[in-house]
Amino acid sequence: MTTETAAEPGKRVQDERIYARPFISRMMSRPELGAISGAVILIVFFLLAASPQMFSLGGLFNWLEVCAQLGIIAIGACMLMIGGEFDLSIGSMIGFSSAILGILIVNGGLPPWLAILIAFSLAVGIGFIIGTIVVVTRLPSFIVTLAFLFLLRGAMLVSMRLFHGDTQVEGMANLKQTDFFAWLFGGDLFTMEATFVRGGRENIIEVGVPMSLVWLFVLAALATWVLTRTRPGNWIFAAGGAPNAARSVGVPVNAVKIALFMLTALCAAIFGAIQAFDGGAVDAARGNLKELEAIAASVIGGALLTGGYGSVIGACLGALIYGMVNLGFQYTTIDGDWYRVFLGGILLLAVAFNTYIRRRMTGGAE
Amino acid sequence: MSDTPLIEVRNLGKRFGSIIALADVSFKAYRGEVHALLGDNGAGKSTLIKMLSGVHQPTSGQILIEGKPVQFASPRAAAAAGIGTVYQDLALVPLMSVTRNFFMGRELRKGIGPVKWLDMERMAEITRREMAKLGIDVADPNQPIGTMSGGQRQTLAIARAVYFGANVLILDEPTSALGQKQQLEVLRMIKRVHDHSDVAIILITHNDLHAKLIADRFTFLSRGRVIGAGTAKDLNPEEIRKLMAGGSELAELEKEFAAA
Repeated sequence: MTTETAAEPGKRVQDERIYARPFISRMMSRPELGAISGAVILIVFFLLAASPQMFSLGGLFNWLEVCAQLGIIAIGACMLMIGGEFDLSIGSMIGFSSAILGILIVNGGLPPWLAILIAFSLAVGIGFIIGTIVVVTRLPSFIVTLAFLFLLRGAMLVSMRLFHGDTQVEGMANLKQTDFFAWLFGGDLFTMEATFVRGGRENIIEVGVPMSLVWLFVLAALATWVLTRTRPGNWIFAAGGAPNAARSVGVPVNAVKIALFMLTALCAAIFGAIQAFDGGAVDAARGNLKELEAIAASVIGGALLTGGYGSVIGACLGALIYGMVNLGFQYTTIDGDWYRVFLGGILLLAVAFNTYIRRRMTGGAE
Repeated sequence: MSDTPLIEVRNLGKRFGSIIALADVSFKAYRGEVHALLGDNGAGKSTLIKMLSGVHQPTSGQILIEGKPVQFASPRAAAAAGIGTVYQDLALVPLMSVTRNFFMGRELRKGIGPVKWLDMERMAEITRREMAKLGIDVADPNQPIGTMSGGQRQTLAIARAVYFGANVLILDEPTSALGQKQQLEVLRMIKRVHDHSDVAIILITHNDLHAKLIADRFTFLSRGRVIGAGTAKDLNPEEIRKLMAGGSELAELEKEFAAA
């Protein structure tokens, strides 16, 4: 037997396949790369094709708010996907928690802070139940959360009609001006006056940074730090990337997954509270299909459907792309429903791109 | 080398229902030695290591560490007693970096008060140092495990076990899933662990050539029993080969062929 790598004893054998990867190569294996390029291309496209109103102060906050709200649930969905699971109950959870909020404040007369506390606790509690069912039964989370999509929505609609007579609760419109906690979710920061052209008429409107944007930045920064710089973050990647390997070195995989289901429920509840206090009304039918939008944003942002890989910043960029495409066509002469075709294409491209990146990262080994 | 074996197995047996997986196995492994456990499929090798690493509990017999009888209720208990087992699947996450895999589940942290975060610099430094000891130069501790060769992954798993306090290192078929060149790489690396530390290495394999290269002591298993044992000096290659084939069975086959 001949050995070409015979080395003197004690000498360090350097494998020719391990080398310091050049900067470009390292950038190429970052999960956010696709979303960054996509967002830049779209911004350039709309700068050229859309009416300048889209990038005026009023227009900007209009569509950025949609992005921010989606981004908040995309952060939860993305972290859960990295942890190797799905949550299809996000949309129903939005309807559920915001309806609870409305009933407690309008019908129950509770102060907003207490109503928020109760609604959020209920949401997180249901997240805990969903997570526990998933890890105990070992059923695919896809099916378990699909069941909760129907369960939560159905139960809330039925009980709203039964006890309230209607699925909607109104009468919270002024709360964000008078109550700090309502403002915290539905208010604006740095309110100022701006001109907004609609139907050929110039209107002076009040614009400010929507609180949803503040929530998005705070949550994204916190989530990114936890995910990339802390022990729980390391465990999330490990739990999604190779659960058995993670278990055998002592990572509490089940606890990590349950915590992530609680997190997506919390993100859905924050989304629900933002919409409730911003619009002043709630509807148990709200939040339809939001879970799929959140998953789409995560995938566009580089998350792998198989778990173990993804980025919160990527998911936020995915939400930016989604919101920009969703509302951007209104500022062009193109039929608005083209956005669906556009998004479908982007999603396909993103999945193909992510798979390619994954192969690069694993050297084609996995 | 002291006279007391670091780990000793006395008359160990294990039944699963009516199946006798391990009948009566005894062997001793000493500090600074490589002890090869050889045997064909179904010889009871996996059952034996699962008892040593606390996954299964023996039905009969004893395990002694430095002369004292021990009982492992769980893999955690075995690990706490200094037994590090490197299984074939290596317990690595391919999409995570070298450093993160090395410290997975045992991350080093720094922080202010209750707020703690990962000490990436120190973890990278230790990973690089520990890997270098076993002959692998990790240029980029942030590169994903998936880009490493099978031999390098094996090295990482072994370096990790040794760093986290394994006195007894159990290697489960470390060369079986690898190509020729990488098998040699892994053997060279095991030799390095052997030379530079005083852990007792229990090498489970069915490759007698590999065992012969690095083992100081041999125990042969067949159908749950010890069918032969000895030091490297005592055994000649012919004997080893014969024992590997389960003793008399090969002779019977020879007769069978001769008759045909």
